[in-house]
Amino acid sequence: MELTFTAADELFRQEIAQWLDENLRDEFAEVRHRGGPGDEHRFVDERKAWERRLAEGRWTCIGWPEAWGGRGASIEQQVIYHEEYARAGGPGRMGHIGDTLTGPTLLAFGSEDQKARYLPDIRSGQAFWSQGYSEPGAGSDLAAIRTRAEFDDGSHQWKITGQKVWTSLAHESDFVFVLARVDRDSVGHRGLGFFLVALDQPGVTVRPINQLTGTAEFNEVYFDEAVCAVDDIVGAPGDGWKVAMGLLGFERGVSTLGQQMLFQTELDEIIRLAKLNGASRDPEIRQRIAEAHIGLRTMRYNSMRTLSGGEDGSLSREAMIYKLYWSSWHRNLGKLAMDVLGPDAELLEEGPYELTQLQSLFLFTRADTIYGGTNQIQRNLIAERALGMPKEPRGSGAH
Amino acid sequence: MKFAFTDEQRMLKDTSQSFLAAKSDSMAVRAACRSSQHFDAALWRSVCNDMYWQGVLVPEVHEGLALGWVEMAIIMEAAGERLLTSPLFAVTQSTALLNVCMQSAVRDRCLEDIASGHIVSVALTNAVGSWHASGVSVSDSGDGLTLSGEARFVPFGFAASTLLVVATNKDQSTSIWVVQSDAVGVSIEHTPTLDQTRPMSEVRLEAVAVGEAQRLSSDAGQLIEQVVALSRILTVADQVGVAQASLDISVEYTKDRSQFNRSIASFQAIKHKAADMMVKVESARSLLYFAACIADAWFAQEATDAALQEAAYMASACASDAAFFNAGSGIQMHGGVGITEEYDIQLYFKRARSTESYLGRPPEMREAIACQLLDGGETWS
Repeated sequence: MELTFTAADELFRQEIAQWLDENLRDEFAEVRHRGGPGDEHRFVDERKAWERRLAEGRWTCIGWPEAWGGRGASIEQQVIYHEEYARAGGPGRMGHIGDTLTGPTLLAFGSEDQKARYLPDIRSGQAFWSQGYSEPGAGSDLAAIRTRAEFDDGSHQWKITGQKVWTSLAHESDFVFVLARVDRDSVGHRGLGFFLVALDQPGVTVRPINQLTGTAEFNEVYFDEAVCAVDDIVGAPGDGWKVAMGLLGFERGVSTLGQQMLFQTELDEIIRLAKLNGASRDPEIRQRIAEAHIGLRTMRYNSMRTLSGGEDGSLSREAMIYKLYWSSWHRNLGKLAMDVLGPDAELLEEGPYELTQLQSLFLFTRADTIYGGTNQIQRNLIAERALGMPKEPRGSGAH
Repeated sequence: MKFAFTDEQRMLKDTSQSFLAAKSDSMAVRAACRSSQHFDAALWRSVCNDMYWQGVLVPEVHEGLALGWVEMAIIMEAAGERLLTSPLFAVTQSTALLNVCMQSAVRDRCLEDIASGHIVSVALTNAVGSWHASGVSVSDSGDGLTLSGEARFVPFGFAASTLLVVATNKDQSTSIWVVQSDAVGVSIEHTPTLDQTRPMSEVRLEAVAVGEAQRLSSDAGQLIEQVVALSRILTVADQVGVAQASLDISVEYTKDRSQFNRSIASFQAIKHKAADMMVKVESARSLLYFAACIADAWFAQEATDAALQEAAYMASACASDAAFFNAGSGIQMHGGVGITEEYDIQLYFKRARSTESYLGRPPEMREAIACQLLDGGETWS
């Protein structure tokens, strides 16, 4: 068992750290620490410009093969990249979906033509992507998708009709990948297609969803015969589920240590306030701060086990608990922040509804245990896949 | 960075588990608890002769294997999983103590005794249950030094041939002495306990004469703190085993148990409980092996005292919670049979409780962490 990185990896760390230090300044100083969860709608243009600066330094898409402009970075190097990015206060990545989801999906399942048309603009920070999975009737039950894609023989292209929801930053993106039903009579995982759709077209309407924070990061996206070229389906019609699930498998946990660094910043701020206002003398608060500290360290070693796991990409037991663990931890941290503040937790930054960072943390972390698979779905997955307990019987008429 | 077992460590885990599956099954554990000796001496001989676990941490020059704390944690975890009722913890704690003491003839002899299968226990705890303050004191009678007082919760003291006695000197500093259990003035009594798989003793010393040659350390205050931290890590390994076994046997039970014409394992109310148990045990396991790595680093002088303390506090808080949560939830998942003598989950429940309070409960661990974080204590790294 080895807890430290190799000398070569530490050199890589110096390289990215130095680059960030030299570039995340001047016109980019204002975006430091901005645009994270709960703040994604802020500084959009500046963060897009930052993506292009990253691209100039070859610091986008570092996990991609060099042939496509990546660095072919190892798992360890990607971990270090995310750590240093978080440490430097790098802003929430506008290119995140393209870099970590669209790109790897095209690399694995896309045609050569699709790779040539889409990958270079993702890598250079010119094209921004959003994802279209969830629908009003397909949340936890993702396979219940009803958005339809029909091939129009006349115009020789796909026409997509339906509604997607929880699409972050759709109004700031150029493309969305859409999981849609190609076979009208199909149910469940079968009969789906994976489509690459331009957002700037008459058939697409984007409407923001106002959140409990008073801000809007997510959108509803309506498709009314939106067009998609014949060669913009990834894989064959009917393979959509396989492509989409393959994409979920690309998350190997390389960003977890970077995420934890942001969590550490939040916990440090809570500790600072507790010392300042005397909450640090409250025995119950003391226990919870210690618990939060232990939980964050636990996350770190859980992640390191996952990252040290098999090369085959299969999810290990400790990897399966990660989402449930961090989301619960983060939600509890939000409440701890409020309890440390006491009555002052009520006071806004300013009217009419400008939240402080900790108030935003408190409210927005209630989403953490819901998106990306609710805690309840996570528990089902753990019980069924890791512990071999029987699957939940499906309701009638289901897949 | 490779936070994973080596091939050798994986093999050690497999052989430890299969040895104990054969030798320390439910029947064997129950027989050991019922026996007048409170453990199975033949099994302990087999542990020593066939597995050589008593020598894992003993230096090579003293006939040990000189392996590391990760290896020891692997074995202790397997022991917890099978409720091993043997003095393995006692001798390993003694080995840890001896390893942190300065080299001396008496220390070397003790290590060799342990390697050859003798039972050596640490007598550390005083009558009011503080884990690192002794109830034994040193006095100078004029004819020489004597030890008097008592120590409680001495693991397997009743079976020990040798005791490592922590005592308070006249000037309130701490010393450690090697005392033979048959020496004049020593009385050791088995203490009946709620958890019969980890038998304890009370040790009474009445003017036991000791000489300089028996002294392991004359100023051991700091050293004892580290021994307690190392002992916590050993206990954590046991707890991770208890937490894992509680999860495994409870999930198996719910798969077999049918109600409403369904295996009860198919109900979300059961599955979600089981998922929470898995989160607990995997988290505790991550902190256990982190702490074991820190222990190795500490012995190699690559980690500070504070880092060792913190690792032990964190792992102990987490593993105590995990073991008790999993064993308690396991009883609930078993339903009515969970409270019968016949099913093993109750044995795990009792072991989870006894290890939870041994060397300090989770709130004490968390308070120690809070002191560092909030009261301007020194930093960990």
